[in-house]
Amino acid sequence: MDDRRLEILIGNLLRAGVMLAAAVVLAGGILYLAQQHGQPVSYHVFHPGGEDTRTLSGVIHSAMHLESVGLIQLGLLLLIATPIARVAFAIVGFALERDRLYAIVSTIVLVILIYSLLHAT
Amino acid sequence: MTASAFTLILFAVSALAGFLGALTGLGGGVVVVPALTLLLGVDIRYAIGASLVSVIATSSGAAAAYVREGFSNIRIGMLLEIATTLGALAGAFLAVHITTHAIAIIFGLVLLQAAYQSFKSEHGAHETVESDTLSRKLRLGSTYPVDGEMQSYGVRNVPAGFSLMFGAGALSGLLGIGSGAVKVIAMDRAMRIPFKVSTTTSNFMIGVTAAASAGVYLSRGYVDPRVAMPVMLGVLGGALLGARILSRARASTLRMVFGLVVLALAIEMIANGILGKV
Repeated sequence: MDDRRLEILIGNLLRAGVMLAAAVVLAGGILYLAQQHGQPVSYHVFHPGGEDTRTLSGVIHSAMHLESVGLIQLGLLLLIATPIARVAFAIVGFALERDRLYAIVSTIVLVILIYSLLHAT
Repeated sequence: MTASAFTLILFAVSALAGFLGALTGLGGGVVVVPALTLLLGVDIRYAIGASLVSVIATSSGAAAAYVREGFSNIRIGMLLEIATTLGALAGAFLAVHITTHAIAIIFGLVLLQAAYQSFKSEHGAHETVESDTLSRKLRLGSTYPVDGEMQSYGVRNVPAGFSLMFGAGALSGLLGIGSGAVKVIAMDRAMRIPFKVSTTTSNFMIGVTAAASAGVYLSRGYVDPRVAMPVMLGVLGGALLGARILSRARASTLRMVFGLVVLALAIEMIANGILGKV
């Protein structure tokens, strides 16, 4: 497979990933509004939410119980995963082309991304 | 305000920001944050968290279209992403340690730059250059389509571009924006890469850069699902619509109007930051 066809394939996969993420966020959003549409809300003062919105395990746990907030966060995590998948695909692409230099460059970027996710959450 | 009214207003504002951001080429994030904080009184930390995830959505969503046009250079993008992701991490850590007033003021300065950008006339293409020694070693030069024919181009000043990219990443991590403008300056001006290649490669890099600070934002509670949901869906929808219209309309008048709005937001953002209201 040549360079450009691989790129277009990856581009299409990314767009599918974004659409899937958006669909999950939308589902969570509809559920949220169905349950809490009349509740008064204010975001004037910042207070970080609970585990269910801030950690990987908390989000997955909340989404498994079909809680609206957990579903939205799960969709956003899927979204954050799309550029990371993009870099992972690039490593494979460069390896197939036997381009060692750029396989290594892409791996460095992937390591930074994974470090930031794991270190933070 | 009730949850449904708040969600609806957020969605509408974000869709408009995404639409105008795509039409003018300035990106949606740069207006979403001031719109949320100044118009709707949302804490700036929720606003930059929601903006950051929207930036990832528009960057990844548009990737397929850009690749098809054959302009973006993956090698340049990947190499410079080492700098932008490290910068983004630094920016995100900085964001949780400085005051929101300071963030508002820095944001205002970035808005001023964006306003200046939109008043300036369309960018004239510079001559393509020969690669210097380092760029040749890194095999950064490539070809891109000009009037249906493939033309080759070279790359220069990788260290300067790399440093600027670290700055672009830091701004992105600090403010939750794509900072595409700084990325384009780094590639187009410093590295002498053709403008079209610079803008499309920048778009490819924006999502990866934003993903580097997303983890920090999420764990600090900046990404509130009730705020991020309508913002992300709105910006994405607006940007997709804007990109569709873009190919038909040349939007120079719109850029002027948009520039004025951004200028007003910049002044208000800086004033609010200084007065301690944001």
